Amino acid sequence: MAIKPAGTLYRGKVGMWSWVLHRISGVGIFFFLLVHVLDTALVRVSPEAYNIVIESYKTPVVGLAELGLVGAILFHGLNGLRVIAIDFWSKGTKYQSVMFWVVIAVTVIAVAGFTPMHLARVFGH
Amino acid sequence: MSVTIETPSRPRTRKQANWEKYGWLFMRVSGPLLIVLIFTHLVVNLVLGDGIKAIDFAFVAGKWADPFWQVWDLAMLWLALIHGTNGMRTIVNDYAGQVKVRRALTTTLWAVCALLILLGTLVIFTFDPCPAGASAELLASFCPAQ
Ligand code: HEM
Repeated sequence: MAIKPAGTLYRGKVGMWSWVLHRISGVGIFFFLLVHVLDTALVRVSPEAYNIVIESYKTPVVGLAELGLVGAILFHGLNGLRVIAIDFWSKGTKYQSVMFWVVIAVTVIAVAGFTPMHLARVFGH
Repeated sequence: MSVTIETPSRPRTRKQANWEKYGWLFMRVSGPLLIVLIFTHLVVNLVLGDGIKAIDFAFVAGKWADPFWQVWDLAMLWLALIHGTNGMRTIVNDYAGQVKVRRALTTTLWAVCALLILLGTLVIFTFDPCPAGASAELLASFCPAQ
């Protein structure tokens, strides 16, 4: 009983936490998509109805939440490519943890580049 | 620490189409397509030009006056909803212990998915970029009311 599992592809380490993040981001994006299809459908009601609702996307609170949404989509999408690489690429399991950190790095850099631009629009006049 | 997996005593019999495998494959085919569709969607709508500030009825009209963006958004609508719903089904299967609960949740998920695909598809194809009687300042510059 002295054996301490060092973690496997799926347990304990990067493999598990990437899965947790993938799942949480997937659920978050899913519920946003439900709302987003409905708010876009308002273009079929009237220009006024659509414009009133879409204005709420430009408020500070929702504007900040959009950074999280963009980050979640970026992470989920890029990590999805990582999952596909693990499944289909013969070296996928060997590089899965490197690929995870690449996914995190690209996500962080992209969100960092997007944030000042987006916040200037949300908080600017 | 190696794990020995016993040889299955009874081989899988294949009488039915393997839907679970097709679902698994669909997630991996739709994923890369969604990367192209969604990342472009985000760049065009949130990065280029004035980003979120520029989004209003006239902006949408300008995009959907072009069949290119109609088809783009249609593909995104169908793929994202089916991918997302199938992903949610996987999660429900993981956590819903009782058969009844699992059935109810899965049925609800696919019903919502079908409803939103229908609604979104109708919206894209019955959309009028220059609706009659709308006030001119809300419409795109190419509308005759301008
Ligand atoms: C941007 C491109 C996307 C890529 C490359 C991608 C990739 C993937 C892949 C490969 C899986 C399967 C993971 C597995 O079987 O272990 C998955 C699961 C999932 N995806 Fe996506 N996806 C994308 C966009 C989306 C969108 C837009 C939504 C929401 C509408 C979404 C929601 C989900 C959900 C809920 C799961 C299930 C997660 C789980 O089982 O833990 N994905 N995604």
